[in-house]
Amino acid sequence: MKLKKGIPVIDQGNKLGFWGGKFGGNFVPETLKKPIEDLEVLFNKLKKDKKFIQERDKYFKNWIGVPTRFIKLENLTKHVGGAQIWSKVVSDANGGAHKVYNATIHCLLAKHSGKKVICGDTGAGYAGKMLSMAAKKFGLKCKIFMGAKDIARQQPNVKAMKKNGAEVVPVYSGSQTLVDAVSECMRFWVANCDTTAMCVGSTVGPAVFVRICGWSTSQISRELKVQLIDEFGSIPKKLKLYNCVGGGSSSFGFWNEFMDYDKKRCEFIGVEAGGPAKSKKHAAPLTYGSKIGILHGAAQYVNQNSDGQIEETESISAGLDYPGISPLHCFLKDTKRARYTAASDEQALNAYKLVTKFEKLRPSLEPSHAFAVAISESKKFSKDTIVVVNSCGDAYKDRGILEKRLGKKYVKSN
Amino acid sequence: MLNPISVAFIKAKQENRPALLTYTVAGDSSKKQSLNILKSISKNADILELGMPHNTPVADGNQIQTSAYRAIKNGIKVNDIFKIVKDFKKFDKNKPVILMGYYNMIFQYGENKFLNKCKLSGVNGLIVVDLPWPENKNFAKKCKKKSIYFIQLLSPTTTKIRLKKIIKDSHPMSYFISMLSTTGGKLKVSPKEIIKNYIKIKKINPKKKVVIGFGITEKTIGKLKSADGLVVGSAICKEISKSLKHRQNPVTNVSKLVKKLKYKIA
Repeated sequence: MKLKKGIPVIDQGNKLGFWGGKFGGNFVPETLKKPIEDLEVLFNKLKKDKKFIQERDKYFKNWIGVPTRFIKLENLTKHVGGAQIWSKVVSDANGGAHKVYNATIHCLLAKHSGKKVICGDTGAGYAGKMLSMAAKKFGLKCKIFMGAKDIARQQPNVKAMKKNGAEVVPVYSGSQTLVDAVSECMRFWVANCDTTAMCVGSTVGPAVFVRICGWSTSQISRELKVQLIDEFGSIPKKLKLYNCVGGGSSSFGFWNEFMDYDKKRCEFIGVEAGGPAKSKKHAAPLTYGSKIGILHGAAQYVNQNSDGQIEETESISAGLDYPGISPLHCFLKDTKRARYTAASDEQALNAYKLVTKFEKLRPSLEPSHAFAVAISESKKFSKDTIVVVNSCGDAYKDRGILEKRLGKKYVKSN
Repeated sequence: MLNPISVAFIKAKQENRPALLTYTVAGDSSKKQSLNILKSISKNADILELGMPHNTPVADGNQIQTSAYRAIKNGIKVNDIFKIVKDFKKFDKNKPVILMGYYNMIFQYGENKFLNKCKLSGVNGLIVVDLPWPENKNFAKKCKKKSIYFIQLLSPTTTKIRLKKIIKDSHPMSYFISMLSTTGGKLKVSPKEIIKNYIKIKKINPKKKVVIGFGITEKTIGKLKSADGLVVGSAICKEISKSLKHRQNPVTNVSKLVKKLKYKIA
């Protein structure tokens, strides 16, 4: 299995949509074959269309507010005493997280295809919030599927979705988290694909959704590349990019433009959710060697039992609480381009405490996982190593959990 | 020897009626109960579809999901499903049985091992919901070698060109999904419209049998009589749930329902 240079990773799949010949694909009911094919044709055409690119850039700039900041975490760097720690503050984006890129593109695609309704799944609620925002912006009716457990633990985002006029449909099946929300959303699309567009909230699902999402979030690394050159004159010789990985949309977007660099120069570190320290359950299929299986239309490493039933996950972070992982990351793991590890709930909480203690930055629980590993590894790195952590979400949505786990003083806004 | 599925179609045709296909979930509500249900409905049903319960089904509606979760909760494993088929075949060896499920269960079991087990336990056909054409080409070939029908699914969204290609590669039976829906949805198109679409498919190759499924209940089944076969699934799963809720015997109730269904198409 080999990563090709000079070709975007999203376009390195084979005819049937498999990366490395075995990850991804289209394991979908017959009913979805046609709508997926239509979406593929539309996406392949538009992503080469200069007018569409201009349209994308216009909305990204004027509405999402790109570029997001690239800042040095001076105090944290001093405290850790190793590599220079920087952050790409993607949570600056309109709505407070990277999910806005994918949501915007899906709404634009829906508009181009003449669909009036868009449905989507959500875990932490960001994908849903952004989709509801974008749908409102583009005049589409919006329906969001969300696990009942996630609705309870991510209330601020639920409120935001409703305020944007979206219908939030609670999903009570299975573990009542993201995995069930995606299933329910796909089921809804099966029954309504003639009138409705679907937005899959991460780089997961049938191949075309993986590609659209990866293409959308790549905005992050496009900006970062420019910002790094502005700051250092060139791409640093020792660059390490840390990102949390749930479905894998923010990390893929954070890395995409650096794919062709040698990994010794530019290393990618993906941090999965290890779950509570004392629990055997986790959401880290790459770290803990899960087997390849089929989930939500794609072949990927996925937590499952020997019978092929998908296993329940556990993580403090709703956004990472997913048993599978993007086929793109399976591909990056097996080609050894990226390295994957996990942080526990407790490590993420500690990292959150540390970052907020030293910096004016409030990463949500998802990027706090990435900060945990970045901070602990940075100690060992030389001072000319540039560590960049993607702070891809804002902690506002987590205040209920943070208050419960860390006490009131950690939830006051700054 | 002719596959018992084809024999069932011949027999139904002789009786001038569509074949009646039932769908129940293996292990719902227990392994024993699900075997008893098969035994009790086999005199009225022509072909028995047995669902392999999966916990992330992307094409099943509430009724079948409920049945599947119940079966999984009661500990059903793939090997138990084969055991149910085997035990049933001891009871009625000529009644065709089709397993229906999601590909990951087959993939984890191993395609070849799975098919060997199918052969040994007496499975006559397979429907894999999320393994569409052309992705299913290789697996369908393997099925053919074992004289097991791989049953292609066709949908109202399947384009004409695609229909032709699928039918060309298909085994003697295919399954037409009546409407855009998950299983058990309310019939949102008229039976007339469904039959119109069905005829379009039949014209491609009249020799190949096509059954219609999704949304078929006691109320609607009579209006679709001109098809080669009709599948009732969610309505049966619903009957099981209802029986359990009212502390009644699901075996008797399901058996009664299937008898009524048969009466409607006879």
